[in-house]
Amino acid sequence: MIEEAENAISVRGLTKIFGDRKVVDNFDMDVPKGSIYGFLGPNGSGKTTTIRMMCGLLTPNGGEGQCLGYDIRTEPDRIKANVGYMTQRFSLYEDLTIRENLDFIARMFGMKGRRKVVKDALADLGLSDRANQLAGTLSGGWKQRLALAACLLHKPRLLLLDEPTAGVDPKARRDFWDEIRALSAQGVTVLVSTHYMDEAVQCDFIAYIAYGKKLIAGPAAEIPDMIGLQTWRVEGPNLTALEAELRATEGVAQVARFGAVLHVSGIDAAALDKVAQAQIAKGTHSWTKQKGGLEEAFIYLMTGVRDNFAINGPANGPAAAEGQA
Amino acid sequence: MFSLSRFLAVMVKEFVQMRRDRVTFAMMVGVPIMQLFLFGFAINSDPKHLPTLIEMADEGPITRAILMGMKASDYFDFVGTVTGQAEGDRALRDGTADFVVVIPPRFERDVVRGLNPQILLAADASDPAAAGGAVAAISGIVTQAMADTLTGPLKFAAARPPPFSVAVHKQFNAEGRTSTNIVPGLLGIILSMTMVLITSVAIVRESEKGTMETLIATPARPAEVMLGKILPYVLMGYIQTIVFLIAARLVFDVPFVGSPLAFFVGFNLFIVVNLALGFLVSTVARNQMQAMQVSFFLILPSILLSGFMFPFAGMPGWAQVLGSILPTTHFLRLTRKVMLKGATLTDIRPEMLAIGLIMLVIVTIALRRYRQTLD
Ligand SMILES: Nc1ncnc2c1ncn2[C@@H]1O[C@H](COP(=O)(O)OP(=O)(O)O)[C@@H](O)[C@H]1O
Ligand SMILES: [Mg+2]
Repeated sequence: MIEEAENAISVRGLTKIFGDRKVVDNFDMDVPKGSIYGFLGPNGSGKTTTIRMMCGLLTPNGGEGQCLGYDIRTEPDRIKANVGYMTQRFSLYEDLTIRENLDFIARMFGMKGRRKVVKDALADLGLSDRANQLAGTLSGGWKQRLALAACLLHKPRLLLLDEPTAGVDPKARRDFWDEIRALSAQGVTVLVSTHYMDEAVQCDFIAYIAYGKKLIAGPAAEIPDMIGLQTWRVEGPNLTALEAELRATEGVAQVARFGAVLHVSGIDAAALDKVAQAQIAKGTHSWTKQKGGLEEAFIYLMTGVRDNFAINGPANGPAAAEGQA
Repeated sequence: MFSLSRFLAVMVKEFVQMRRDRVTFAMMVGVPIMQLFLFGFAINSDPKHLPTLIEMADEGPITRAILMGMKASDYFDFVGTVTGQAEGDRALRDGTADFVVVIPPRFERDVVRGLNPQILLAADASDPAAAGGAVAAISGIVTQAMADTLTGPLKFAAARPPPFSVAVHKQFNAEGRTSTNIVPGLLGIILSMTMVLITSVAIVRESEKGTMETLIATPARPAEVMLGKILPYVLMGYIQTIVFLIAARLVFDVPFVGSPLAFFVGFNLFIVVNLALGFLVSTVARNQMQAMQVSFFLILPSILLSGFMFPFAGMPGWAQVLGSILPTTHFLRLTRKVMLKGATLTDIRPEMLAIGLIMLVIVTIALRRYRQTLD
């Protein structure tokens, strides 16, 4: 299998229907080995459902694919043995202690030298002295660390993290990402779903999903170009009034405020340039053209999921061209 | 390939959770004992010492003999006298008495003359079951009293109405104690209730709390998870049964005359059926609340139609058909047969066969509904 050599995950046309709703629609994804792959999309867009199909927890209604070289339809057991899956909601046992939880997971994965594995994990976590505390009494940040430790016990080659940092304080989030990068450096592939933009920036690759359809996917650095967003940076007095005026202006797709600066973006470069020239002529603000960043790109994606995109990117193909009405 | 170590891991985990969940634990031990005492003591379908009033328009040796006989039967406690029908009716209506015995005027003379006078026993029959035993006993008491009194020259009077006696012969429960019959039946109800309820709740809890996702994401096989989860509750069923049998023996004096082996085999069969049923409930219910409701919904017919509350033979045909598909019905017969009638393994074959068939059906449906994924 050629794909297996380079991609930890490779799925084509994944579709999941709940009742009469297509929750995931014809979804393709390639996660290169060793990468950190960000899976973005608003709530309810189908991220969790997609991840569950990839590791054999849900049966797709359509589509096919492999995960670590194992067929997602026929070899879920092999996938489970090699994948660490961290659920969106804390799903260890709240009425078991930290040690009991880790010990239980280690036994379920049939680990050799279980005691030592658990002891080391507790030491790594810095929870050795609280090992006999009930997991339910931990704070959000600690629960998240415990959950990560639990899904790392069996030394998986692929990590599937479903919104691991939701509801966790900024310090804990930073620490968490340090750990993710360290794991990635050891060769573990990481697929992480999130809806924090600042986390997207940390990823090597990004896919954006909305209403169950993939809108865009590719190397993080190329995403802004793929969206083709033209951006002007605007500085000057009384930005609030200007922001309101620009929003109502033809040719401006989005106005985002970053402190004392406005980022004015549009898809149609010529139309946006015309707006900019007219404003520059007024002379009240300074306008500078700049390359659109990931931030603008995602604000644009999040606010514009109803739009039809005309994107030509290497990895996304025609599926991304169909937006939702 | 079944992994013994994973199965043990699940079982140990389940025991730890059981130990920490005080409420459920208390329920599993407390509910059987509470029910045993409630049903065993409080509910008595053959009550005795019922308050009785007398309206005496005549008096004599025969009358006295009859009243003595009634008193000796333990059904009637004489609490006073009334002087007219209105007073008697009032007492019955407001519940101060369950019976009024009316000895008509010239009763003694009429008996001797062979005029076959009537003693009226006015009964509060609003609860027919409560008065049934007493009413059934009365004619026997009267006949006996007459036979005892009308001797010598008066013998001809006694012989005039064909001397009959209503023999109340209660087999296997000579004293007519309700608890002897109800207590073995109660075991089936309690086991079925706790087994179905607790297994279904224990399984549904995993889905509700999201821990099922963790379980399914490990390489564990469904059989390892299910057996590991269920076995602790089998043990619980054993403990319940032992507690129950001891209490039945010591507190209610219920005999155990049959073969312990027959009981053991039938009892295990019954536990397995109920675990399968609990398992089935867990595949239907979405949360613990629903699991509880469905379990209670299932237990109701077991209480009403199994022959536990009402005699099975007295039920209409459709109810008997419904009753026959309940495992509790057959277990009830089995325990009564073994505990009270001294049955052995060969005697309980029909019950075991029935329970086995029901089990086959339930297990088949449950397994077909079981999902190894989250779909
Ligand atoms: N088991 C299920 N049954 C029915 N609908 C579901 C189920 N799981 C998810 N959904 C629906 O599918 C949609 C996508 O959900 P999800 O994959 O959890 O999105 P995300 O993880 O991106 O927030 C949501 O609208 C959700 O309500
Ligand atoms: Mg989700």
